[in-house]
Amino acid sequence: MTLAPPPSALRRALLLSAAVSVSTAMAQTGPTTNARVLKVAAPWEIGSLDPSKTGYIFTRLEVTETLVDVDASGQLAPGLAVRWAVSPDQKTWRFALRPGAVFHDGSPVTPEAVVRSLQRALAQPGILKNTPVQRIAAVNGEVQIELKQAFTALPAFLAHNSTQVLAPASFAADNSVQAVVGSGPYKVVRVNAPQKLETAAFEGWTGKRPAVQRVEYLATGRGETRGMLAESGQADLVFTHDAVAIERLKRNPRLQFHTLPIPRTLYLKVNAAHPLLKDIKVRQAISLAIDRPGIAQAILREPKAAATQLFSPGMAEWHVPGLQPLVRDPGRARQLLQEAGWVAGADGLLRKDGRPFKLTLRTFSDRPEQPPMATAIQAQLREVGLDVAVAIMNASDIPAGHQDGSLELALVARNYALVPDPIGSLLQDFSPQGGDWGAMGWQSAQVTSALESLSTTNDPARRSRLRGALSTVLQAELPLIPVAWYQHTATHSKRVGNVSIDPLERSYRISHITWGL
Amino acid sequence: MNMGWTLAARQGARLLGQGALVAGAVGVLSFAMTRALPGDAAYRIAAGRYGYDMVDTAAADAVRSELGLDRSAAEQLLAWLGDLAHLRLGQSMVSGDPVLEEIAHQLGHTLQLSLVAWLAAMVLGLLLGTWAALQGRHWSTRWIDPACTVLRASPAFLLGVVLMLGLGVHLGWLPVAGHGEPVHLVLPGLALALTLLPGMTQVVRTRLQQVLRSDAFEFAQTKGLPLPAALWRHAAAPLALGTLAYAGMQLVLLVEGVVVIESLVAWPGIGHALVHAVISRDVPMIQGTALAMGLLFVLLNGVMDAAVQWLDPRLREPAGRSAA
Repeated sequence: MTLAPPPSALRRALLLSAAVSVSTAMAQTGPTTNARVLKVAAPWEIGSLDPSKTGYIFTRLEVTETLVDVDASGQLAPGLAVRWAVSPDQKTWRFALRPGAVFHDGSPVTPEAVVRSLQRALAQPGILKNTPVQRIAAVNGEVQIELKQAFTALPAFLAHNSTQVLAPASFAADNSVQAVVGSGPYKVVRVNAPQKLETAAFEGWTGKRPAVQRVEYLATGRGETRGMLAESGQADLVFTHDAVAIERLKRNPRLQFHTLPIPRTLYLKVNAAHPLLKDIKVRQAISLAIDRPGIAQAILREPKAAATQLFSPGMAEWHVPGLQPLVRDPGRARQLLQEAGWVAGADGLLRKDGRPFKLTLRTFSDRPEQPPMATAIQAQLREVGLDVAVAIMNASDIPAGHQDGSLELALVARNYALVPDPIGSLLQDFSPQGGDWGAMGWQSAQVTSALESLSTTNDPARRSRLRGALSTVLQAELPLIPVAWYQHTATHSKRVGNVSIDPLERSYRISHITWGL
Repeated sequence: MNMGWTLAARQGARLLGQGALVAGAVGVLSFAMTRALPGDAAYRIAAGRYGYDMVDTAAADAVRSELGLDRSAAEQLLAWLGDLAHLRLGQSMVSGDPVLEEIAHQLGHTLQLSLVAWLAAMVLGLLLGTWAALQGRHWSTRWIDPACTVLRASPAFLLGVVLMLGLGVHLGWLPVAGHGEPVHLVLPGLALALTLLPGMTQVVRTRLQQVLRSDAFEFAQTKGLPLPAALWRHAAAPLALGTLAYAGMQLVLLVEGVVVIESLVAWPGIGHALVHAVISRDVPMIQGTALAMGLLFVLLNGVMDAAVQWLDPRLREPAGRSAA
């Protein structure tokens, strides 16, 4: 047998060169500019150009504008609309546009263009669908919105990113969004979905010229990566940090760390119609058993996060300073449970008529803090004799359990700042049938009428009284048991100045930022 | 010449057959697995589209009727297979964009990163393995085995984080994350290469040690051939054959690592897309990305087989003889 000849010299040479050379085809051309680029990192990806989907990226980066804006104190402020007025019957709203406003393609911002964007928003599932809007039209050079019934929160809904105004050139023939042509101080230079977006200052902007001329946004899903981008100085502005990294970031001398309470509350959604939870004393006992400061410190790493009522201090109008705070008092909890007829067995767990107090607490892991928080609550409830099992499920099991009535307890995080006025969320959560994420098996005539009046009344004093009454009922009857207020975290490098963080995350306020060093 | 074409045609037909088989299997399996996930898909898709906070039963119901999620599983699967037969992959349930377009974009990024990692692992593995084999039991090579063991035991995620901390944060030599410029390839490429390196080094070392001990090699040296020439003549071919087959197998390891590393460094590749598609239960995207990965495997395996056959004429001889 003869051995085959070895591979030819040519083959060997080819093989080696293939193995050794690093292909030059991989080289990409990147943007090379001399201008200083502000780098921003946040967890949110650019899934779509459609305002109803990931439109918030474009409003946060000040590419697009909404008719109504929100100022630093959380109050409604002029956006693309310089002023608005409502008819005496509260059913017709008129919005006057900022004179001289132009889109990034040079075309003027006309009422017709605004109407087209708003009509499109109304047709999509989204925030505008929850309002009684009947007709949107351009009338006498203004945008006119007619309602089926009075709804005072309308301007707040028009501050939501899904109602952002795009130029007619943004839409393809089938009305899908082919490009984001807005009217803000920055225009889109390049979208490299789903993670990268580059913007540059818009020459046609009539307001103050921003100091930052170029911005690079990088969607970075992992918290570890965002932390490292901040620490290495490779990102100037980083949003949403992991709780475990907070101490380290606070100590970094090159960084400024921000933490702000946001209008998002973690609470126990209670099935108040359940035989074990129907008694108000039991709900109060559950609330008294929870160690909120302990949970805030150990899990959220922020003592300020312990909730003393449903609405956080960041929600200036809704937070009621005089309200009796929710506290921990296991002794009082045991007493209340005893009054409700529950007696401790040999194992320390409570029984009534020979039946144990046994419930399941559902939660989900979309927010990583929730499962450990649920187990902490489980342990704390056990201390007062309540046997609660924790089930980590899919987020959809909460609304599904609400609909089929199987839900007992759930730990959820509710965002009250979808629009600057939480009335939108509250109308859903406390409707007479309850809400998928809100009350269950519970209703209060007082809450229903307060919400109704709040949607139709403009008088500030009366609105304030109504909000106070609503909070008092919720605090006393506990259809939802508040646990913690979410904290929004952000860092910025000290090479930039005049940074302010919007707790509602409506805008990154880049046009106000100055270069430091 | 004819003979070569026949062979190529036969190989091509075999690849196509394998590809079709894999496509069907991957499509059906990923569909079945997605159906088996707990929870209602309509809520997940609505959350992926409009954000978690906007999701309620009404939004989920709207999504369900728009996407026909209330159709039976068999109907949905048949519709997808029908589309696939026409080479249509459908639209993403979340973004509404054609799956094919999204995958084409992501696949390019993944291939770029994988190629860099794979080539880096090959080059480093060849150099390190060759050096270790030539040094024999010299003290200077004693660290190689423990180092390989540690690297083998380290998941890609850990390697990535360590490199990001060391080279990105502390030394500031490389960008921690991002994409768009060649320098962004270095860190994730290196992290992935390190997952492949131990196996590559050990295979090269063992294979070369065998060659060095062979009669042919000893004879070459006895007759006075200098070491580089002897290595080139007698070791290059068997080494290439052994390592190429192994490097092909390493692609599996590479794909596993890519999924993790892409998410870590915000790389817009197919692994990253797959993770997101699973989270928001975007069935056409899951099927599409799994399909692209599966077909890529088939293709690369085919290329590897062809390369090995091309390098080793012994494997082709029976075909050659029968034709002659």
